[in-house]
Amino acid sequence: MSVEQTLPFASPAPRGAELYRGDHLLVAGMIERGSKVLDVGCGDGDLLQLLETRGIDGRGIELSREGVNRCVGKGLAVVQGDADTDLINYPDDSFDYVVLSQTLQATRQPRVVLENLLRIGRRAIVSFPNFGFWKMRLQLLVGGHMPRTENLPATWYDTPNIHFCTIKDFVQLCDEINVKMERAVALDLYGRPLRLNAPWWFWNMFGEQGVFLLSRADRPSGR
Amino acid sequence: MVTIQSVKSPVKPDERGHEADHPTSQVALFGADQPLRLDCGIDLSPFQIAYQAYGTLNADRSNAILVCHALTGDQHVANPHPVTGKPGWWQTLVGPGKALDTDRYFIISSNVLGGCMGSTGPASTNPATGKLWGLDFPVITIPDMVRAQAMLVDRLGIDTLFCVVGGSMGGMQTLQWTAAYPQRVFSALAVACSTRHSAQNIAFHELGRQAVMADPDWRGGRYFEEGTHPHRGLGVARMAAHITYLSDAALHRKFGRRMQDRELPTFSFDADFQVESYLRYQGSSFVERFDANSYLYLTRAMDYFDIAADHNGVLAEAFRDTQTRFCLMSFTSDWLFPTSESRAVVHALNAGGVRVSFAEIETDKGHDAFLLDVPEFLDIARAFLNSAASVRGLVGAEK
Repeated sequence: MSVEQTLPFASPAPRGAELYRGDHLLVAGMIERGSKVLDVGCGDGDLLQLLETRGIDGRGIELSREGVNRCVGKGLAVVQGDADTDLINYPDDSFDYVVLSQTLQATRQPRVVLENLLRIGRRAIVSFPNFGFWKMRLQLLVGGHMPRTENLPATWYDTPNIHFCTIKDFVQLCDEINVKMERAVALDLYGRPLRLNAPWWFWNMFGEQGVFLLSRADRPSGR
Repeated sequence: MVTIQSVKSPVKPDERGHEADHPTSQVALFGADQPLRLDCGIDLSPFQIAYQAYGTLNADRSNAILVCHALTGDQHVANPHPVTGKPGWWQTLVGPGKALDTDRYFIISSNVLGGCMGSTGPASTNPATGKLWGLDFPVITIPDMVRAQAMLVDRLGIDTLFCVVGGSMGGMQTLQWTAAYPQRVFSALAVACSTRHSAQNIAFHELGRQAVMADPDWRGGRYFEEGTHPHRGLGVARMAAHITYLSDAALHRKFGRRMQDRELPTFSFDADFQVESYLRYQGSSFVERFDANSYLYLTRAMDYFDIAADHNGVLAEAFRDTQTRFCLMSFTSDWLFPTSESRAVVHALNAGGVRVSFAEIETDKGHDAFLLDVPEFLDIARAFLNSAASVRGLVGAEK
C-alpha cells in the first residue's frame, strides 16, 4: 500500500468541540470554508450543524422520516431519500464534498454508492465501522457469535448493517474502482485517531472505524 | 357520525353572485393603464383582485407572506367565510401563535384570477357589456394568476415576499412564483403539489367539467341570464373530486360500510350508506358557494400547468441558481399529488443547486391532509418558517 497516511488536523480542536462527535470534528476538519457539501445519511443533522458554524454550505439526505423532520426543524436543508436509489438524481460535480458517515455498511450496493459519491462530489469523505477491529475478531473467533460492540449493539437479526467490511476490504475496493485515497485515518473505540504511520495491519486490527478522504484517480493505479 | 342528508341553501342565488363583484374583502382595482397580459395573448383590463390581509407589515416590508389558495379555496384563510359562515380554511396554519403567525408576519391572501369570490373571473361583470363574463372570460393559466398576484404585491408596496405558501393548486402557484420571480421570494413552502398536472388529474378534472356541462341548467354557460344554476352537475363534479382528496383508508375509517340512519338496505337508490350521504352533502354544500363556470376555468388552469414545458422541458432550468429557500411536503396517502411528484420537484431543485428541504408526512388523510390538523406537517412548517425568519433577520424570530 502506498497511500499517504496523514492526520488531517494539526491544530487543537476549537472551543465548543466537546459538543460534537469526534468523527464529525475529523470530517469537518477535512473541509474548507465556503465549500458545498452533501451529507448522505445525515441523521439528526449534527454534522450539518457543525459545518454551518464553519461557514460551509451543507445539504443532507436522510432515510428516516423522523431524522428529516428533526433536521428541517433545525433549519437545515435536508430531503428524505435513500443513498441506494436517490443519489442517481444528483448531477455530476454538484458538490465539493459528499460525506457518507457510518452509512456505507447499511447500503445495498456500497460499490455503486461509492461511485456515485465521487461522481456528485469532487471529493468524498467516507467513514465506516471496521469489522476487522480486534474486538470483532475475538468475538467471532472465541465466542463463535456475530460480534456486537458498544457502537454496534444491534443483533444480527435486527441490524440495518448488511454490508460490513474491514479497512483492508475498503482499501481494496477503492483500488478496484480507481479511487484515490488522499487521507486515511483510523479511530479507536473513543473516536481518537490512532497513531500516525502505523502499518495497515495495525489500523485494520486496532481501528474501530476508518475515515477516508477520497478523490477520483486520473488513471488506473496499476496495482 | 355524519347525519346531514342534504341541506337547503342558506344562500340566495343573488348573494352568490354578489361576492363576485362586491366581495366582503379588500379589493385592488387595476385600471386601463395596468392591463394584465394573459398567456392566451389577451390583455385583461380593467380587472380586480380581492384579498384579505392579517397582521402588520413591518417597517422594512420584509415580513410579508403570500398564502395561495387551492382550487375551491379563497382569500378567507383565517376569518369566517362571508357566505357560509364557516371558519377560515387554513386556521390550522394561519393565526396568532400558529406556524404562519399573524403576530409576527403580514399575511396576504388573494382570491385567484378566475375565482368567484371577488377577483375578476367568469362570475364577474364584464364592464364592456355590463353582463357577467361567463364563457366570454378568457381562459387563464396558473402563471396568469401569479402575475395578477405580483401586481397586487406591487400595489401593497412589497418588493420581496418573506414567504409564499400554498397547498395543491396553491402549491402550484407557489412554485410558479419561485420560477417567475425568484428574486422576489425569500422562501417558499409548497405542500401536496407538483410543477405539472398529471394525466390522471387532467382526467378527473375533465370528468368534473363534463358533469357541469352535461347539466341542462348550465345553458351553455349562461345560466345566470336564464335564472338557472347547474347545481346537479357541479355537485357531481364536487363529489368526484372529493373522493380524490381522501384516501381509501380515510373513507374506511370515517364511514366503513355503515348505514345512514337505517339498519337495512332500502333496495332503492337512496343514500343507504353513510359515505353516500357524506358525498351528497359535500356536493350540495359546495354549489352554494361556488360558481360553476369558475370551476371550469380553474380546473383548466391547473390542467395547463407545466413549469418544465416553459423551460425547454427541463424542470431544473426553471430553478437554476435561485436563492429561494424551499420546503416541500407530501403526504403518504395522497394519490392526487403523490410523493413521487414532490420528489421529482426536489430532484430538479437539487440539480439546480437550490436549498431545499423535503419531508413526507405519514397520514391516512389523503390529499386533504394539508388542510387538516396534522401536527407533524404543522410543526415542520413552523420550524421552516422560524429558521427562514432568523436568516431573514425578522424581529421576534424564535431560536
